[in-house]
Amino acid sequence: MRLEAVSKSYLHRGRTVAALDQASLEIAPGDFVAVVGPSGSGKSTLLLVLGGMLSPSTGRVFLNGRSLYDLTPNERANIRRTKIGFVFQTFNLVPYLTALENVQIPLFLAGLDEATQKQRATALLGRVGLADRLDHKPAELSIGQQQRVALARVLANDPEIILADEPTGNLDPETGQQILDLLAEMNREGRTVVMVTHDPRAAARARQTLRLQDGRITVG
Amino acid sequence: MHLRKLVWREMFERKNQLATSFLAILLGIAVVVSIRNITFYSEKAVARQLDALGANVLVLPKSVSLQDYYSADMQNDEFPEEYVQRLALSDLQGLDNLSPKLSLPVKLKDRGFTLTGILPKSEFQAKAMWAGAGIFSRPAEGCGTVADVPGAFRPESKEMLVRQRVIEDLGDSEALVGADVAAILGTKEGDSLDVLGRTFNVTAVLPQTGTVDDSRIFAHLHTVQELAGKGPVINAIEIVGCCKEISGGLVQKINKLLPDAKVVTVTQVVDTQVKTNGMMARLSLIFLGIIVLVGGASIANYMYANVFERRREIGTLMALGAGSSVILKLFLLKALLLGLAGGVCGYILGTALAVALGPRLAGIPVLPMPLLVIWAIGISVAIALAASYFPARHAARLDPCTTLQEV
Repeated sequence: MRLEAVSKSYLHRGRTVAALDQASLEIAPGDFVAVVGPSGSGKSTLLLVLGGMLSPSTGRVFLNGRSLYDLTPNERANIRRTKIGFVFQTFNLVPYLTALENVQIPLFLAGLDEATQKQRATALLGRVGLADRLDHKPAELSIGQQQRVALARVLANDPEIILADEPTGNLDPETGQQILDLLAEMNREGRTVVMVTHDPRAAARARQTLRLQDGRITVG
Repeated sequence: MHLRKLVWREMFERKNQLATSFLAILLGIAVVVSIRNITFYSEKAVARQLDALGANVLVLPKSVSLQDYYSADMQNDEFPEEYVQRLALSDLQGLDNLSPKLSLPVKLKDRGFTLTGILPKSEFQAKAMWAGAGIFSRPAEGCGTVADVPGAFRPESKEMLVRQRVIEDLGDSEALVGADVAAILGTKEGDSLDVLGRTFNVTAVLPQTGTVDDSRIFAHLHTVQELAGKGPVINAIEIVGCCKEISGGLVQKINKLLPDAKVVTVTQVVDTQVKTNGMMARLSLIFLGIIVLVGGASIANYMYANVFERRREIGTLMALGAGSSVILKLFLLKALLLGLAGGVCGYILGTALAVALGPRLAGIPVLPMPLLVIWAIGISVAIALAASYFPARHAARLDPCTTLQEV
């Protein structure tokens, strides 16, 4: 994964705000990177740009040698479906679907039949310790359980890259620790993990820390 | 998990929103259906009233003028009854009603009256060959005589006879007498009346019209022909023609078919019919346009709001790798289901409203129109799809994080 002089600015109340300013970096496959920095420093923007979710104003983003934003939106969607998994701070579970069905979504998008979807989703929820919560809707789960459903959903299509935006931000320390353990486990399996965090303990779990200040990257 | 399940779950998760969207579509379509239904039957009623103006095309012998026809309706010139058959068997469109007649002057109690021979409708219908020519069926919508509407108000036979010379049944020795004839001769229904040596049974006394018809005695055409002793002849054919066809050259076509007769239009009648029918058609179209616009705006508003409310969900799906086609299908399938349900239920509600309110508001009987269900579903689905398509397409084209509003 490589960023080449990426800038991203947007208009806020008539003023141009630079979220990323000539950011360049390279992340090796299988790395575990923590991105830290004060609020508004551009951490989430960096993650979204890396994941093909937000077009940069200038610069290029490469994934396995392909320039992400030179692809069509549907080609980028295909890459997100097959290679990238997102973990959101607010989990972004679909509220009207059960835990099992939420995990089935990426499998449905990948075109798998329903029996295979159920089989894999059940196994993944078992892996994150939610085998007994398959038919619970997000509102019926604790915050930590919701984040674990989100992690199971991330793993559904076996992505090579996991992008996590403040994955422990809304969790108590103990649950946060469990989530970090799971992320570390995913990294040990050979997946690249990029995690945005405010929490120094979480950042300490990464092999490399990048610091963002006013949209500029420094290696921490 | 599959698309249908995703749509179904979402719909029933937000029950309140589903109910309001459904209600918006239902009410919009119900209004369209009920107004269209009432308008349709109003047009029919107006057309029926216009028919009461009487014949709008006359076939007369060459030597007779329109003035002669109106003043006394009696002339010595005749033409063969076979002309009626020729018209009936022709492929001319727009002949809604044919009424051949033969009039003879008669003297009763030293007063002059007119004996008019007419052909009852049953006689036409008895001849399958003629009926097959479509004389008594309405060939086109819009003007002229309308097809019978079951349950609808139908003028009494007497009035039909007075205005249109149409009567269902008339026996060989039966007669109907005008108001003046009845008053002068002191004749009542059920009495016998001797005319030209033949005894007729008076089956009805016609209401006063203030025209020469008040001095007429109507009898079966073939009986009058027998009394005249001139063979199967007539001296006029009154035609209720469809005014659309009249404008399209019906008169010229009849003239070509009957070169030895004079064919004239009763301009005032035709003009009134054309103008009124045109006005009704325009009004109906304007109503439909307004209602589709208002109903459509309300449906579009709800569908747009739904897409807007679900932008976070759209962003999540896109982050998980959903392409624009999946997002579009998600909303279009929902729109299709809502449109179908709204269309069918809107048709049922609209029809019930029209049938219940039509007689009270417009004073006309209104019957369900099954064809409108296709219109209702078509309009409903098209509006729901169009209203969802544009915002959904817009959302599907955005960067996922814009819909997620993560930044």
